[in-house]
Amino acid sequence: MAKGVLVDLTKCVGCGGCTVACKLWNDMKFDDNNPTVGDKAKLSGKNWTVVHAHQVKNKDGETVWRFNKQQCLHCLEPACASACFAKALQKTKDGPVIYYPHLCVGCRYCMIACPFNIPKYEWDKTFPLVSKCQMCSTKIARGEAPACVSVCPQGVFKFGERDELLKEAKAIIAKDDKYIKEIYGEKEVGGTSWMYISDIPFKDLGFKTGLGTTPLPTYSHNFLRYTPFVAVGWGIILTGLYHYTKRRNTISKETNIKG
Amino acid sequence: MAAQQGWSFRMTPIRKLLILLATICVGVSIFRLATGLGLVTNLNDEWPWGLWIGFDVLTGVALAGGGYFTAIIVHVLHRDQFHPIARGAMLTSLLGYLLVLAGLFLDVGQWFNFWRPFVSWGHTSVLFEVFWCISCYTTVQVLEFGEIFTERVGKKWHNAFKAAMPVLMIIGIIFPTLHQSSLGGLYLIAVHKLYPLWWSTLIPYFFLISSFFVGPAMICVESTLAGNAYNHKVPIEVLRGLGRIGGWFMLLYLVLKIYDLSNRGVWDLVFAGNLEGNLFLLEMILGVIVPIFIIFSGMSKSRSGLFIYGLLVSGGVVLNRMNVVFTGMSGTSGGSYFPSIWEWSVSIGLVSIGVLVYCFIVENFNILDHGDHHSA
Ligand code: SF4
Ligand code: SF4
Repeated sequence: MAKGVLVDLTKCVGCGGCTVACKLWNDMKFDDNNPTVGDKAKLSGKNWTVVHAHQVKNKDGETVWRFNKQQCLHCLEPACASACFAKALQKTKDGPVIYYPHLCVGCRYCMIACPFNIPKYEWDKTFPLVSKCQMCSTKIARGEAPACVSVCPQGVFKFGERDELLKEAKAIIAKDDKYIKEIYGEKEVGGTSWMYISDIPFKDLGFKTGLGTTPLPTYSHNFLRYTPFVAVGWGIILTGLYHYTKRRNTISKETNIKG
Repeated sequence: MAAQQGWSFRMTPIRKLLILLATICVGVSIFRLATGLGLVTNLNDEWPWGLWIGFDVLTGVALAGGGYFTAIIVHVLHRDQFHPIARGAMLTSLLGYLLVLAGLFLDVGQWFNFWRPFVSWGHTSVLFEVFWCISCYTTVQVLEFGEIFTERVGKKWHNAFKAAMPVLMIIGIIFPTLHQSSLGGLYLIAVHKLYPLWWSTLIPYFFLISSFFVGPAMICVESTLAGNAYNHKVPIEVLRGLGRIGGWFMLLYLVLKIYDLSNRGVWDLVFAGNLEGNLFLLEMILGVIVPIFIIFSGMSKSRSGLFIYGLLVSGGVVLNRMNVVFTGMSGTSGGSYFPSIWEWSVSIGLVSIGVLVYCFIVENFNILDHGDHHSA
């Protein structure tokens, strides 16, 4: 069954331990130009996850710090994977959306397609690759949680079956008044494997909102499914016209000559 | 006849300049292939697609649409009066596609992997359709050119090519129909990124129709230029007739746009007075509405009228593609992008190469004097 992660943003203190765990487990260098924690934190070819710091007003009007851990959300119907024309991005049954570098052509259409702007590119390399969180797919295959999840000292994350996490999240926000009554990732572009709950509106924390619930691959699919019919139908029409107009021309020439 | 004469290529100052530009382009391209995209381009994570995709590929393919337009009119509908422009239009189109492929090849990061999608079928991707159609269509166009080529070189193959033409023609119309629309379709998935004046579920059809009516416009421009350079004047009535066919399709485009804007309730954005709104208006007024007036009025009775018509329509389509790739995406991208001097030099150089090859082929093969195709 598909795994997921539930993130409780009210618990995060912004220590950035998860971003370090990600670097260590995935053997990634630190990115001198882009820090992984703070208000300048930025995803990059070397940063698969970052923790953004936001100073916001809470319900009572007090200024508070909130932190938003950003990484690939591992969509249930990933736009990136449906956009890849070489199958270099694929969704597994376990949940992760995995990148297969040897298949990649480097067209960067996945970057255009992802509504969350997650995939990044190794611009400084001669043969650059796309770069994004893999949800530690090899750990998940062994039944373990992703590296970032397992190191969090604050218990921000919960790893498990997506369906169960969703039920749990609903119960939490129903019971506790401080949460806004919304689970980010439940329905966004068809749902994601990572889900968030928060006491501050997601928009204020830099989340992309207003994405709707339609999985983005639907748009391409609705267009592409007509291709075979258009190709065959158009071919038949053209062939018909070709013979018809040719014959018409011949006939009119003959009548011209006779007349 | 042709076989006796040697290969000729006139040298003029302009051509020397073009050769210089082409050489720079080749140099930068080699450097880019050896060092990656970071040093040569200004692309970044916020702007993964820049000038090379926007101009060389999206715009290039649209402008090369004259080939399939002519193929439909001349070879499928057998409007023989349009024969004089057929070969010229198809040559421009072939060169256009070869340059598009070159541009694409330079733009992809793993260029030695370009063939992957032939075996690893990401068939859910609109880009997959674009990739297959463009590859197949370019192949078909090269084969079509074989008919002209074998008039001079490898003559014993000529009849075989000639016999294959009708089939090639029809295949050569199906592919562009599919991929002109799918180039627009690429942006269907960017539903939250492309500005609503351009994003629409109809965008594939807008791309398709505009690629069709830009065909005659390009022919008007091209035949005026070639007419001056080679003293080969296509009769005005031929050009005007073609332009009018384009005009009807522009009307269709306009009606569809109006319907689409109303349907999605975004008229307020058109007159919002911001960059997006203004460029959209510019595109529609100068690129569609004014040319419609020109072509259906007496102005299209003169060569200069037709030339202006051609320039406006082609310019409108270029602006439209640029708006989709740049203006329409800038609001959501966050970062900034302006093509580097190296990106410009490659794009300009590719066009120069195209012009040079066009001149060479026109001077050495039977392209322009082709009114009497049947006796050839
Ligand atoms: S968040 Fe973006 S990169 Fe991650 S699975 Fe979804 S579409 Fe793909
Ligand atoms: S850049 Fe690579 S992974 Fe992304 S769509 Fe292109 S081929 Fe697929």
